[in-house]
Formats: sequence, structure tokens, C-alpha cells
Amino acid sequence: MENLTNETSQVVNPHFELLLKVETLLKAKFGVGILNSELQYDFPVFVVEKAIIINVLEFLKTEPELKFSFLTTLCGIHLPENKGAEFAVMYQLHNMEQNWRIRIKITMPNEDIKVPTAIGLWPSANWMERQEFDFYGFKFEGHPDLRRILNMDEMNYHPMRKEYPLEDGSRDDKSDKMFGR
Amino acid sequence: MIEHNNILNTSIETKEYSTLNLGPTHPATHGIFQNILKMDGEIVMSAEPTIGYIHRAFEKIAEHRPYNQITPLTDRLNYCSSPINNLGWHMTVEKLINCQVPKRADYLRVIIMELSRIADHVICTTIIGQDTGATTGFLYFFQMREKIYEIFEEVCGARLTTNIGRVGGMERDFTDVAWAKLTIFLKEFPEFLTEFQKLIERNRIFMDRTINCGPITAEKALSYGFTGPNLRAAGVDYDIRVANPYSSYQDFDFSIPIGQNGDTYDRFMVRIQEMWESISIIRQAVDKIPKGAFHAEVPEFYLPNKEDVYSKMEALIYHFKIVMGENTIPKGEVYHAVEGGNGELGFYLISDGGRAPFRLHFRRPCFIYYQAYPEMIVGGLLSDAILTMSSMNVIAGELDA
Repeated sequence: MENLTNETSQVVNPHFELLLKVETLLKAKFGVGILNSELQYDFPVFVVEKAIIINVLEFLKTEPELKFSFLTTLCGIHLPENKGAEFAVMYQLHNMEQNWRIRIKITMPNEDIKVPTAIGLWPSANWMERQEFDFYGFKFEGHPDLRRILNMDEMNYHPMRKEYPLEDGSRDDKSDKMFGR
Repeated sequence: MIEHNNILNTSIETKEYSTLNLGPTHPATHGIFQNILKMDGEIVMSAEPTIGYIHRAFEKIAEHRPYNQITPLTDRLNYCSSPINNLGWHMTVEKLINCQVPKRADYLRVIIMELSRIADHVICTTIIGQDTGATTGFLYFFQMREKIYEIFEEVCGARLTTNIGRVGGMERDFTDVAWAKLTIFLKEFPEFLTEFQKLIERNRIFMDRTINCGPITAEKALSYGFTGPNLRAAGVDYDIRVANPYSSYQDFDFSIPIGQNGDTYDRFMVRIQEMWESISIIRQAVDKIPKGAFHAEVPEFYLPNKEDVYSKMEALIYHFKIVMGENTIPKGEVYHAVEGGNGELGFYLISDGGRAPFRLHFRRPCFIYYQAYPEMIVGGLLSDAILTMSSMNVIAGELDA
């Protein structure tokens, strides 16, 4: 009985409906390329193979039933603990007519942080990708102008990576071992 | 004969372009950013924007600060409308911890956010006037921003970088003085706005300078990630307050002004009309505001009264835990967007249960739409380029984070 009510409440949830709809269409088109799908708060989130990311984005943008034609934002994530998939990039798409929003994620290991560029689909991806290159060092393949954007050109590391401390490393009054993370 | 030909060849003028550095510090750019322009006389041939002069690594700092210490960082994004950023951040955390804010707090927040929107638009519209040579409107209308700041000061003690509100509601209810100042503002502002409109809107020089200046089509604007007034000026009626109502915006009756050409004049007019809508929203909120608590009962996140800290054990414990960043935070990923002065201001937050966010990404509207700037000014006059920039309302703090 409890399961039943849970299911019905999930079906009523419009975000869950959207998750199912997009999942069905994506799986029909890309099959095993779609690695995972789940609902995180009010967002359907899909993890897809890195190699097909541009195809997936293009499909989501052009498929008449979906029309996710607006790229809200994209950003990189560094998960050093997550061995074999230390880096991730998330894309957030928006269908303004239906007011649907979804998030697409790709993951990749340390050694291979090349990502195909999304500029061909959205010119707005230009600076967003430059920013994530600046912060994390993602190599956006096919990007016409992959330079640092916010930090100075002479900087020789990518500061948002978790291994770089914010403050002087010798200080320990704020370290995680004192207070936990 | 041959000699004569040679003379002719050398005397043909070769096309020469000049390079012009617009910025980094130039009064007409209203912020620290540089554009290297290739000029053919007065015509812009190409532009190369350089940004990042006031990059302060907020996304990095945010990974090392407890949640309540991130609010002051958001102040410094779009510092022309700090409260919207503050409250947008609080709402993001509230979404993460699944906290329902009482109606009164929602309405107080709406009043604050609409006041900030007006302050933001006052700056942008007067600056457009200023850059067309109409200083009078700028100096006259700017008095209104001062009145708004006085209300903020009465509510939270600060004027520009407000750090207003708390996770779970507002830090305090409006005082009687704040309500009185708000009432005076609601009476005075429409007069000032009408006067300003009369001065500028149908002014021949202003119209000649702004109509068809830096236009962008709706399609282009969308592909460049435009949101907010700049997108609406191009004719797309996208406003997060309507699309995904937050903070009880669904309770208010207001319309979304849109333009047609996406040029400087439309961007100006959309902002002017939005100020009228904001005034109407504030009036409705003042009329309808319910009585009751101004914050939710979330003791793990909302600081207890100081008297309770001195006299009650539980309050002392919560106080200590909040200040030291020891409260339990659920794991999860949320995205929350609010309609900032310039468009969709989004917060993408990943929490791993730690005291600081694991990752916090700001979707900064300025940063995303400013990349369309070269395309909007190429082929136009230098003076149009200046106007286009002021009408886009690029705020350096938000641009560079």
C-alpha cells in the first residue's frame, strides 16, 4: 500500500513524467549510451557516454517532441575520490515553451579530459567552455579560441581542481581534520 | 609611361585600420573590462573583449565556506541588486534542505527583491540616458536609488552589499520606520519615473541615438543565452518569476513587458515598464502581506535569538553549531534560479554533506550574454558601441565573479 501511494505520487510529479518521457526517447535513440537517469529534486538528470554527448545534445535540441533549444549553463566538476571518473561536465538545457529543464552529465577519467565542444549547437557555449577550461583544464575539442578567460594567461595551473588549497597550505586552523568536511 | 604608372600605383591609398583600446578603465564602459577594437574611421570592424579584471574566485572560495558565509560572496556578483542574489542563494539552500518559508517572509522578500530590481533598472536606464548626453535625467532620477538604499539600510543595516535575509526567512521583520519609508517611496517614485520618462522617452536626440542601435534578433539572443530584460527586449516573454514562480510570485498580478527589435531603445523601454510592474508588485505585497512569522522553524540553520542563546541550552547549542558550521546538511544536487536584474541568476549547488558546498556554480547572466557584444557592435559606430554596452547593463562583478 505504501509503495502504491508512493508510485502514484511520483507519477503525478511533472518532473518525474518529464524524466520518463526524455528517458524513453533517449534510450530509443542511443540505447546503452545512456548510462543513468534519475530525478534530483526538480531536475531529471541523465548521465551519458562522453563520446556521444554532442549527438545527445543535438538530438535533445532538434527532436520535435523535446526541443530543448536553450543552453542554460554548463559547468565542470572535479571529484578526485571518484576513481576512474574524476572529472565531470554538466549541461543544463531548457525548453522554454513547455518550461522543461533537464541536466545532462558526462564523466571522464583524469588522463582523458577532452570534451567535444558544444559551440556548434549554441554560440553561448563559447565563454562557458573557456571558463571551465580556465578552472579545470578541460580540453574542449573543436573550440576555436580555447584560452583562459577569467584568470591571467600566465597562470600555470587550473585553480578549481580540488588539490589546490584556497589559502596557505601550512595553516591548519581551518583544516578539515579539525571540524570535518 | 612606365614610370607614370608606378607613381599611380604607389599613390593609391591602402586601407588602414586603427586599433583602439576601449577600456579597461574608461568612464563609458562603467566597469573594468577591455575591448580591443579595430576601427575603420568611426566604424567598428571587429572587437575582442577581455574580461576577468575583477575575478575574485567566488566559486573556489565558496567551496571553503559554510553556507551562511557564502551570502556575502553573492552580494558582490551583481552589486547593483545584491538582495536578489542574497535571497536567490538562500532559496537554493532552502530547496536543498527542503524548508518551507512562511508567507510573510516570502512577501517581505518580494518587496526587497522588487526594490532591488528597481534600483538595478534605475542605474541602467539613467546610464543609457547619460551616455546619450542626457545627464539631467541621470542626476535627477538617481535620487530614487538613494531612497531604496535607505529602506535597505533600515531593514538590514547595509546599503550596497546587503547580506540581507537568512536561510529560512528574513533576519528580522521590517521596522515601522522601514514601512514608513516604503510608503513614502511608493508615493514619490511614480512621480519621479513619470518625470524621467517625459524627459527622455520621446526626446528626439535620445530616439535617434538609440533606435536601431545594437539590435539583436530573438533567435540570436536565445542562441547566445540571453535572459532577462535584454531577451525580453528582443520579444521573448521569458521571465522566471512567471515560468518557475519562487517566493510566492504566483500570488501577484503583473505582466511581462516585451520589445520588438531588441535594440537599445527597446532594452531601455522594457526596463522602464518593468519598474512600473515592480511598483505594482510591491503595492500588492504591501496590501496583502499576511501576519505571522518572518522565518521558518529551522533551528539547525536559523540563528536563535541572542537572549535565548544566553538563557537556553538548546539555543546555545544551535548557535554554536551554526556559527562553527557544524549543522548537518543533506547530500544532493540542486539548481535554483531567480530573475535577477539582468536575467536568470542560477545557483547550481552540489552538497556532499560537508560544511561547505562541494561545488557551487553561479549561472551569471552578464557573463553569458556579454559574449554577443562583438557581434552586436561590428559594423556600427563607436558611439553606438558605447550605448549598446550600457544598455546591456554588464555589471563587472557579475561578469567576472
